[in-house]
Amino acid sequence: MTMLDAKVPSGAQDDAAKRDGDARPVRFIPDRGDAPALALLRSWETLLLALIAAIVTAASLASPYFLDIWNLSDATFNFTEKAIVALALAFVILSAEIDISVAGIIALASTMMGMTAAAGHPAAVIVAVGLATGLACGALNGVLVTVLELPSIVATIGTMSLFRGLAYGILGDGAYTRYPAEFAYFGQGYVWEWLSFEFTVFLGLALLAGIVLHGTAFGRTVRAIGHNPAAAEFSGLRVRRVKFWLFLAAGLAAGLASVMLTSRLGSTRPSIATGWELDIVTMVVLGGVAITGGTGTIPGVVLAALVMGLLTFGLGLLNVSGIIMSIVVGAMLITVVALPILLRRLSARLRRPAA
Amino acid sequence: MSPLTHLPKRREALLLVVGLLLLGLIALRAPDFVTPANLAGVFTDSAILIILAIAQTAVILTRSIDLSVAANLALTGMAGAMLNAAYPGIPVPLLVFGSAAMGLALGAVNGLLVWKVGLPAIVVTLGTLTIFRGLAFVLSGGEWVNTFQMSHAYLDLPRMMLFGLPLLAWAAVAVIALAALLFTRTAAGRALYAVGGNPAAAAYAGIDAGRTVFRAFCFSGLLAGLCGYLWVSRFAVAYVDIAAGFELDVIAACVIGGVSISGGLGSVGGAVLGALFLGIIKNALPVVGISPFWQMSISGAIIIAAVILNTRAERTKGRIILRRLTAGQETGA
Repeated sequence: MTMLDAKVPSGAQDDAAKRDGDARPVRFIPDRGDAPALALLRSWETLLLALIAAIVTAASLASPYFLDIWNLSDATFNFTEKAIVALALAFVILSAEIDISVAGIIALASTMMGMTAAAGHPAAVIVAVGLATGLACGALNGVLVTVLELPSIVATIGTMSLFRGLAYGILGDGAYTRYPAEFAYFGQGYVWEWLSFEFTVFLGLALLAGIVLHGTAFGRTVRAIGHNPAAAEFSGLRVRRVKFWLFLAAGLAAGLASVMLTSRLGSTRPSIATGWELDIVTMVVLGGVAITGGTGTIPGVVLAALVMGLLTFGLGLLNVSGIIMSIVVGAMLITVVALPILLRRLSARLRRPAA
Repeated sequence: MSPLTHLPKRREALLLVVGLLLLGLIALRAPDFVTPANLAGVFTDSAILIILAIAQTAVILTRSIDLSVAANLALTGMAGAMLNAAYPGIPVPLLVFGSAAMGLALGAVNGLLVWKVGLPAIVVTLGTLTIFRGLAFVLSGGEWVNTFQMSHAYLDLPRMMLFGLPLLAWAAVAVIALAALLFTRTAAGRALYAVGGNPAAAAYAGIDAGRTVFRAFCFSGLLAGLCGYLWVSRFAVAYVDIAAGFELDVIAACVIGGVSISGGLGSVGGAVLGALFLGIIKNALPVVGISPFWQMSISGAIIIAAVILNTRAERTKGRIILRRLTAGQETGA
């Protein structure tokens, strides 16, 4: 059974592949098989930290402007909004679902806020509308996935088109550019010296997400669902209800990101945040969250956000174009995900003669 | 026989009926839209989407996904256009062949990473999506290849008329016919269904799942490469961002066409109908007086409706035993 079991999942993402990520290694004692893998996963954050250290060292040697606190503070803006959504999306992916529609939600929320601003409402109302739009979109995704039981990847591809399409339908080739002055704080304000409002919120949410995932029963429930939905259901966990909350949270996070982004740009076009969904998914996966669910940590996602942010900033200082940067991120994504698998395979090969 | 074998056919019939109803509705407001000449134009306009939807179907059948098709198209299209601009002497068929071969190579990279390293397809193709498009930028230096830089032969080939249809449309017809044969009449094609439908059973039957997935990615890459040429010559311009975001349209076409994202279920006919459905909407909106800006949200709503219908159909047939179990448990509780 083990031989066949081990042969099947290459490519097809089955349970065995989820545990091993690999077709080959022969599992001698299944219930102990995870130990080296867990050890490797534990070192994932170490790997990302080493990557950050390398980027900081290389960039500060290459450019004298890199290690400037104001410059670094400025640099946080280019990833904070994505990172906030990534924190919520990490939970969705941990539960073995995915939400492709987050960037569409950002666009629709921004459009609704633009309408509210055009009607002359104050900043507080505009923010409330943005967050409420995010919640509503998240709720729709949640209903599609948990009540109608649609596969989340196709359901959210559909809602992605729907949400951004609504933004296009409402705005056409126009734009909302008149926001009240006090609205600018959410994307441009500073809490203290160089510490921006955006980054402060991100740090707070990262702490919250970390505590929820790693310190509460809810966090364990999410992991359990991602590892084995059927077992979770049979254990009496409310799989659908939990998943619904996760989609709601992802929608709210996208709404919040939309508030910040709109406030930072001071304008809304329907093409706002185009392509962000893939960046955000990349951030989560780079953070060590298995796309098949169950494993991953919040510190990993935070570090991955820093890696992507610092890399963009460092390469930008060196006048490297953004699209070259995307090659680096793409290659890094594949390498970082492949590395533990290849290392595990290597260690299995080294261990085999002894066993 | 099992009701399962009839299911895809019934679904295609349903889609065909819905498509005809849609055409009927459009005809009420714009009779000109349903003239044969105009419908042929819609088909030609949808040709690239059709080809890519068929390619994606092969991949999705094996429970994988290929997000890199549009980036593959952009890279191969750019490479072909630059070659043509730099060396107008190279015969066009050779360039077409070269584009397809290059696309195949890019698809093989995806396939090898999924097969040999065992990475999830969505992660691999998310990575190669950005890499391929980045390489298109590196290759071109961000420059455009404009109409006047490419040779007439290069640009005119897809427009050449044959029996009243341009070659672009005939390319789609040929791919449809070949893929229909490949999927249903060859061992390699049946393996796609077997691997996606039940990997364990496929393994017992001696089908190498990894190799099958690899082949699906090669097939997808090959057609993406072909479309790279078709896209560039059709729009007579090549730049880094061509077909940006098109991968999601392609997946949408498959989903509308009843290709199940959980693998093993779907057909060439379904993918074609799904692509045509999107093509009709795209072409009909301006005709019936709806702003094209609403197109995206309409196709979004249609995708959601199609998935709801398809998922219902799958469930009543009890395809996924596990889900039935959990459903039973719930009603019992």
